This record gives sequence, structure tokens and C-alpha cells, in this order.
Amino acid sequence: MNLVRKDRVHSKGLFSLPLLLIIGLLGLFAPIVMPHDPLAVDIAKKFLAPSWDYPLGTDHLGRCVLSRLLLGIRYSFGSALVIQLVAIVLALLLGAFVALKRGIIDFLFIRICDILLAFPTLVLAFGLLGLLGPSLKNVLLALIFTQLIYYSRMIRSLFIGINKKEFIQAARITGTSGIKLVIRHYIPNLLPPIVTIVALDVGKVILEIAGFSFIGLGVQAPIPEWGMMVNEGKQYIRQHPELMLYPGLAIVLVVLLFNHLANNLKKLD
Amino acid sequence: MYESTWMFSLKRIFTLPFVLLGVSILTFVFIRFVPVEPAEVILRLARVAPTAEAIQALREELGTDKPLFIQYLLWVKGVLQLDFGTSFVSKLPVAHELFAKLPATIELAVAAFILILGLSIPLGILGALYRHSIVDKVIRLLTILSVSIPTFWLGFLLLYLFSLKLGIFPTNGKGTLAHVVLPALALALPTIGLFVQFIRSTIIEELQQHYVQYAQLRGLKHSVILIRHVLRNAAIPLTSLLGMTLGNLLGGAVIVEQVFSWPGLGRYLIESITNRDYPVVQCYVLIIAVIYVIANLCTDLLHRLLDPHLMMKDRRD
Repeated sequence: MNLVRKDRVHSKGLFSLPLLLIIGLLGLFAPIVMPHDPLAVDIAKKFLAPSWDYPLGTDHLGRCVLSRLLLGIRYSFGSALVIQLVAIVLALLLGAFVALKRGIIDFLFIRICDILLAFPTLVLAFGLLGLLGPSLKNVLLALIFTQLIYYSRMIRSLFIGINKKEFIQAARITGTSGIKLVIRHYIPNLLPPIVTIVALDVGKVILEIAGFSFIGLGVQAPIPEWGMMVNEGKQYIRQHPELMLYPGLAIVLVVLLFNHLANNLKKLD
Repeated sequence: MYESTWMFSLKRIFTLPFVLLGVSILTFVFIRFVPVEPAEVILRLARVAPTAEAIQALREELGTDKPLFIQYLLWVKGVLQLDFGTSFVSKLPVAHELFAKLPATIELAVAAFILILGLSIPLGILGALYRHSIVDKVIRLLTILSVSIPTFWLGFLLLYLFSLKLGIFPTNGKGTLAHVVLPALALALPTIGLFVQFIRSTIIEELQQHYVQYAQLRGLKHSVILIRHVLRNAAIPLTSLLGMTLGNLLGGAVIVEQVFSWPGLGRYLIESITNRDYPVVQCYVLIIAVIYVIANLCTDLLHRLLDPHLMMKDRRD
């Protein structure tokens, strides 16, 4: 009874999920749905106004803006998902390992985390990118690394917290097997907080990827990452502000949907 | 297991030197990972042919031919005397230039911080007092929007609207109060969103406490209950956000300074990264980390000292 009511209250908050799925599918099938080649330069067609042929017009190199936005889903939205997934899987392995071993390994892990957390996340990422050089791969590496620090620490304490719970100790004493312990007790208890945190951070990661591209440390032209598109459009802010308006709106839309989803997931917990 | 405030403070202060040691090692190792030879970069920038002899001579001059451990000790010795090395590009001491750019960034951060407190406290209170009303809904919409907007894009929107279209504020540069308004607003907005959410939920939590009901029964005026009791209690958890805020402001400044051509540390960092001027990058990372670590320590201690719940527990134990 209680569960049903809880579902009804919050199901309206999950409308962002199908919308995000649609955006994800558009990115996945971008080559099919794109009206034009997003990288094809045609100077004769530069700064075209929106038309049936070019629904959002063309940019300073005559490239179709809509096609670029669609392909950009892969770089902005797709890479954020990849970063979050890789970071959380690595963090699960690392955090669980440290939590189960304890002792000197745990001690060293905490000290190293303390030192790494002494740098503000963005500053650490700037430093790493400055060192590795700008490219999509390095953005992924730098962000996976910074996310991993937080997540592995969080998962370590989640694990330790669960280990202290009576039901785990009871299950252990009654001789529950290791696999059953993980499936029946650890996963159901760990999953909700992890899903919420990962979802909560996707928006932040999208903003960071875009920020790096914008200052020239991230994805490089001509890749149509949305932050990169804002960067390219900024020279034409006086005559053609729409060139930086569209990719910015795309970022806001996706991040907003994700934050909305995460906020509602948090309430479900 | 509960530790007293004194033990907590001592422990935190005691770990500081170890964290700083770790930070210094990491920052030092950081620059050694660079795949390019510093001597080669310097010669290239000076337009000298990077022959093997020239590189060797410069390496001896720079001390990069010595073992890594000795290099580290020499570097730490320099850092303790505020000597962070020489910029590859300008040939001037790194510290000299970085400290020259620091005031501009501090100015921007302070302005942003004033905006954060000035806007988020009234909005948070309003949201909590009129919760679930239309006012609250609008405020919540704005806060979720503010954490979803990329800082740089927001910066350009503000520039476009207030500088290019309306002509109220200058587009870039520094000097007057009008110059700082737009960059500070762009820098502050994401943090304002977080603060409003936090303040709103803390006040709502406080309003449900028994002492509020008691005060109402005693016949105290609502404004008195709110200002004397609720806000005072709600202010304490807010101090725990200060460390994170500083990190947001320092990181965000790098991007905002780029949008508004603000002559601060962040712009200098990007310029140095592009020029492969590694001593500057290293010094920047080190200075920011030290500021951040010390600020976080202070907020932790402040939070602990201000929170009467924890102090009461102290006395009871």
C-alpha cells in the first residue's frame, strides 16, 4: 500500500527519463537522422537562415547546425555517460577491495585520497589536461580519474557501513554463501545510493566536458561537441548570436533533464 | 565513538603537514611526467637550435640532470623561500607573475561570494517560508536552472544582453565596479543554486523542531522566532559549504576569466598551458591546493566550534 502511493507521487517526476532516452537514441542513430554531413564545409552556404533544407541554418563554414547538434549528442551526452559508467565500475572494484581488506591498504588509500582531494576537482582536471594535452581521450581520462577519487571513497564507506549492519552479520553467522550475500544483501543496499549519485553527476560532467572544450583544453575542432560549438560561435556573437545560442540550449536541456531525474531518484530512496 | 572538539581539532591540524607534503610530492612528480624535456622547451622558445650540447648545458644549469630525490629537495627548498622557479616564456620568477595576477582573481571571487550570500539567503528563506506556493516553485525552478547552465555560455548570454544589446555594463576589462558585475554573476550563479536549495531545506528542517512550537506557544512573534532562533540555527550547517564554495569559485574563475578577458590567475593558467610553460602550471596548482587545504581546515574547525549540538555533547562526555 505504502509502496504504491510512493510510486504514484513520484512517477510524474520521471518524465525526463523517456526524453533522455529519445535524445540518446537520436545521438546513437545520428548518421541516419542527420539531414546533412555535419563536417562538410561549404563556404558559399555560410550563415544561411533556417529553411526546410537547413532547419537551424548553417554556421560560419556553411555546415548544417542541426546535423552538428545531433552528432554532438555523442560527444557531450555520450562521453559523460561513458565517464560515469567507467568511473563507477572502477570505483566499485577499488572501494569494495579496500573495504574488505582494511588494514594498511585501507590506511594508504585514505591518505592518498586526502592528498588528491586537496586539489579542487576542476583545478586537478585542468592540471591533468594541461599535462596530457587537449583531446577527447584525455578529457575522458582526466574526468574518469577525478570522479574515481570521490566514488571509490564513497563506495568504501558504503561497504563498511553495510558490513556493520546486523542483518549482514546475521546472514554471515547463519552461513549464507558469498555469492548469495552479494546478490541478496549488498547489491540491493548499494544500488539506490549509487544510481542517484551517478545520475546526479552526469549533468556536472557534461558541463565540465563542455567547459574544457570551450577553453581549448578539451575536444578539438572540427568535432561538433556542444561546448566546442559555443566556442566557435563566440566570434560571431554580434551578427549571429544564434550560433552560440543553439548548442548552449542543447547543453542546458540535457543537463536540466538529468538533474530533474536525479532529484526525483533521490526522493525515491 | 565520539571524539571531543579538541581531539578533533588537534587531529585535523596534525594531518595538515602530511597532506601538504603529499601535495608537494604530487605537484613535483606532476611536472616530471611531462613528455617533453624542459631544457628543449626553453631553447625552442629562445629560438636556439636544441642541439645535444646545448640541452646538456642547460640541464646542468637547471639542475634537471641530478637524481629525482635531490631535485625534489632543491625544489622544496626553493618553494619554502617562495622561489617557484622561472617561467619558460617571460624568464621572470613564476611567483612574481602569479602573485601579480592573484588580486584580480580574489576581487572576482569576493564579488561572487557577496552575490552568493546576498541572493541565496533571502531566496532560501522565502522558499522555506512559502514552501509549495507559487513563489517557492519559481525559486526552485530557477535554482535547478542555475546549476544546469554552463558558466561560459551564461557569461556570453549576460554579455550579449547587458553589454551588446542594452549597453549597461562594459564587455570586458577591469577597473570599475561595473566591470566586475557580469563576471561575478556568471561565476556565482551555479553556487547560488546549491546554496538556495541547501538553505531552504535546512530552514524547513528547523521549523519542524520542538523549540519552534514552544516559542509559538510562548506567544513570540513570528519574526522574532525566525530571526532569533531559526535563522541562527540554520546558519551553522551553512559553514560546512564554505570549503566547497571556494573550490567552485577558483575552478569556475578559470572559465569565467576567459569569457570576460579578466586579467586573473585563471587566464594566466590557460595561457601557460597553451605555451607549455610548466613551471607556471605547477606553481598555480600548488598555490591553489595550499589555499584550498587551509581553507577547508578552517571551515571544518569553524563548523565544529559553532555547532552547539556538538559542543553540548562535549560537555556531557
